[in-house]
Amino acid sequence: MIRNFAVFLLLLGLAAIFMHLMQGYIPATGLNQTAQYYAEHAAQDLGAANIVTAIIVTYRGLDTLGEVTVLFLASTIIGMVLAHGSNKHRRALQRKLPPSGELLTTGSRLLTPLILLFGAYVFLNGHLTPGGGFQGGAILASAALLLLLTDPLRRFSHRLIAVVESISGLVFVGLGVLGLLLAGGFLDSRILPAGDFGTLFSAGAIPLIYSFVGLKVGAEFTSMLAHLAETERS
Amino acid sequence: MDWIAMATGFILILMGLYGALTNRNILRMIVSFTVANTGVNLVLVAVGYMHGRTAPILDQAVPVADAARRIIDPVPQALVLTAIVIGLGITAMMLTYAYKLYEEKGTLDISKFRDLKW
Repeated sequence: MIRNFAVFLLLLGLAAIFMHLMQGYIPATGLNQTAQYYAEHAAQDLGAANIVTAIIVTYRGLDTLGEVTVLFLASTIIGMVLAHGSNKHRRALQRKLPPSGELLTTGSRLLTPLILLFGAYVFLNGHLTPGGGFQGGAILASAALLLLLTDPLRRFSHRLIAVVESISGLVFVGLGVLGLLLAGGFLDSRILPAGDFGTLFSAGAIPLIYSFVGLKVGAEFTSMLAHLAETERS
Repeated sequence: MDWIAMATGFILILMGLYGALTNRNILRMIVSFTVANTGVNLVLVAVGYMHGRTAPILDQAVPVADAARRIIDPVPQALVLTAIVIGLGITAMMLTYAYKLYEEKGTLDISKFRDLKW
């Protein structure tokens, strides 16, 4: 009882702080200096129509590399933690699963290629439309999730996932080093010609980098899903 | 009406914290943390919003020369994109540890875990 009261008091205090913040909040009327720079220079310098993508891949490319590294660490830790115990008491507990139903089976057979295609579309067009590597990678992993929903005992090849992940990570870093050699600095996307503004083959190396980020993120999410699915004793 | 997104974000943070502090089941706590995470992201995006402007994507409707006066702040959006992905990684790790705890103790009730309590 007293614990709930303390929680209530804490939340009340936080709510008061939030109210104060909101009352004092004055929406900006113009872009600040950084955003102004990005808005004015992203199109001319990099040729990317989507300014958010330009920021993520080129201006703040190092942050994206760090982010991908954090994701890689998370998926590795999940694999390590889950693999440790399951070998010890892996019981042959052949549980009979009910069939997943005609709708889900046929639907997933129809939808999985389409979802993969859509994921590839999203990360290839990251520099033109809303979307990009992270979103596309998440869509790719959702195809794996659909397959797991259809058949919870399905096993994905960890070797294939690891190969896709390592190769795309290596290419990502390699393109960054190429930027250091051929253009202005690490992860500079101007190593390829800028192309026509607003077409698929434009914005230098941004579509290339973002595609490999998408593959890497998709592989990492799929490996997380696969590891979590393998905890299902079967 | 511009404050609706920000107010929703703050309310989601409060709801998530309430759920995380009052629930005893670890899975429910993880879901609550996810709700609070969504609230933080919503507040961040709302800070970057400016009235009457459009998404930071240049095309025929938003010409390059006019961009600085027509688009909203792209930096919070890039930030939130990062935050969402990292949040998903953290959620997956929390679920993994919840599974390990369940394997060890056979329960998900947080009050049964007294190893670090004195």
